[in-house]
Amino acid sequence: LFSTPFSCVSWANLHMDLRAKEKNRQLFRHDTNGVLDKKPQLSLKQEIQELRGCAGCLTSEFNLTDVLFFCRKAMENVVDDDVTKRFSPQKLDSWNLLTRNNHNFCHISLRLKVVWVLGLLLRYGVLLPLRVTLAITGICLFLVLSTLVGVLPNTRLRSCLSDKVHLMGCHICVRSLSAIITYHNRQNKPQNDGICVANHTTPIDGIILANDRCYSLVGQLHGGLLGMIQRAMVTSSPHIWFERAEVKDRHLVAKRLIDHVADKTKHPVLIFPEGTCINNTSVMMFRKSSFELGCTIYPVAIKYDPRFGDAFWNSSKFGLVRYLLRTMSSWAIVCSVWYLPPMNRKEGEDAVQFANRVKSVIAAKGGFVDLKWDGGLKRARVKEAFKEEQQELYSRLVVGVSQGADNAASDSAKES
Amino acid sequence: MGSRASTLLREEEIEEIKKETGFSHSQITRLYSRFTSLDKGENGTLSREDFQRIPELAINPLGDRIINAFFPEGEDQVNFRGFMRTLAHFRPIEDNEKNKNPTASEPLNSRSNKLLFAFRLYDLDRDDKISRDELLQVLRMMVGVNISDEQLGSIADRTIQEADTNGDSCISFQEFIKVLEKVDVEQKMSIRFLH
Repeated sequence: LFSTPFSCVSWANLHMDLRAKEKNRQLFRHDTNGVLDKKPQLSLKQEIQELRGCAGCLTSEFNLTDVLFFCRKAMENVVDDDVTKRFSPQKLDSWNLLTRNNHNFCHISLRLKVVWVLGLLLRYGVLLPLRVTLAITGICLFLVLSTLVGVLPNTRLRSCLSDKVHLMGCHICVRSLSAIITYHNRQNKPQNDGICVANHTTPIDGIILANDRCYSLVGQLHGGLLGMIQRAMVTSSPHIWFERAEVKDRHLVAKRLIDHVADKTKHPVLIFPEGTCINNTSVMMFRKSSFELGCTIYPVAIKYDPRFGDAFWNSSKFGLVRYLLRTMSSWAIVCSVWYLPPMNRKEGEDAVQFANRVKSVIAAKGGFVDLKWDGGLKRARVKEAFKEEQQELYSRLVVGVSQGADNAASDSAKES
Repeated sequence: MGSRASTLLREEEIEEIKKETGFSHSQITRLYSRFTSLDKGENGTLSREDFQRIPELAINPLGDRIINAFFPEGEDQVNFRGFMRTLAHFRPIEDNEKNKNPTASEPLNSRSNKLLFAFRLYDLDRDDKISRDELLQVLRMMVGVNISDEQLGSIADRTIQEADTNGDSCISFQEFIKVLEKVDVEQKMSIRFLH
């Protein structure tokens, strides 16, 4: 079941390579290593002093060559930067017979096109309808059962049943996405007394995790179908939904979270501190609010295999429904989930440092690039404060020396 | 999906760019991929906003000047040819190019052209002279609010005094070259592209 698409993909790539060689043309491969030959970066101070040294003026406070440092850095960032590529789907080394990944693999041969068309028919004609039917059945079943369980009085039986209903709902949804999940280090699975944090790639992340144990979700109450599902969920299990107005009130949010975590009978809270979907090649800045609460943190790393389907939700490009259609018409969603040992804030560590520590642990496990940049840069401009920081760093090189020169001048004036 | 055909680079275009800039075939296709990923409007050209969306470029004190260098005089859009032409200045100088036919036109990444690019970062009005005001402008961009006007003024005066040889209180391109004569411009103003 699994190996057929895989062998098709391998055959397709081999075929493309051969044909390209026939036509004596270099087959374009997305360079997954970037465009630049990355060498270790020196600090601003080191680079500018090197430049000044070349020009033969080590003692000057400013030199015309200083500008070369910023110039080259800027050009390097035009060609390749660390951030913008995190908000578009991961580029693959080879084609996986999905049209959406076909950026530059233009028409190679008729045979390949036939395979592609067959794949298309299979995915849209067979897999998609099956999966959609399964998903709709699953959601309806979940809504009905969850509401029914919610009617029962608040006893252990009820929580037991509600857990079973939630898990059943997740199992069906996972099947409908053809998700093949491997859980690692199950002994570290989150317990009832803490907050589970994970890197965020897609709304499906929640379902993937909830497939293994029940969590309490946090979020805003929506309208429509999603809102209906949310309300049904909360009748049988304590999720933390906020009205739109309440979301801004950070104290309210914090209080509700703390109260929830303190209650050992309630499930761990699931939070995605990045705040937005990233393309699963890196982990971006973790918002510190979850790390200020003083609760135990259970880090989880989720890594998707991009060869069978792109799980990343590019929310600025298309909406949720289109995303689900794309996901359900891919070959499969293959992912690995690593449960990491629980972490607590150390003495003398502030929330930001703690957040960064957890982030680097997740990045190391999942093989992600650990970035300090904010995921919010997907839509927003970078803050002026960062530019001011650069200006300040440079000014120190200019002022530091000239202050020395001024002191020397005033000293010599005093002497004479 | 519909405009896919127009976004593919044709072989003839690649050859032309190769001749003009000296980049290799694979470098051009890679840079084209980068160009299209920056082109959010998908219309085949980049605007200043497209550049400013790169956070590391936006926080660079000289970011705006560098972005400006991509755009021809008075224009708001740059196409892929223009993009490559500007990037060509930063291509490393290969050894075999140094012995090329001297009657051929000077390559974009020659030492002289690299220096001219740096000179033009200062000389905004393109009058081939860096005036005191132009120098102050660049200084102000680089230091922000951290240094007073007087101090900056005296730094500018000192710099011009040291570089100015013909006494016109401006730095000409020749005087600029003289100041930078010992700097390894080939290395400092080159980016190492993967082949």
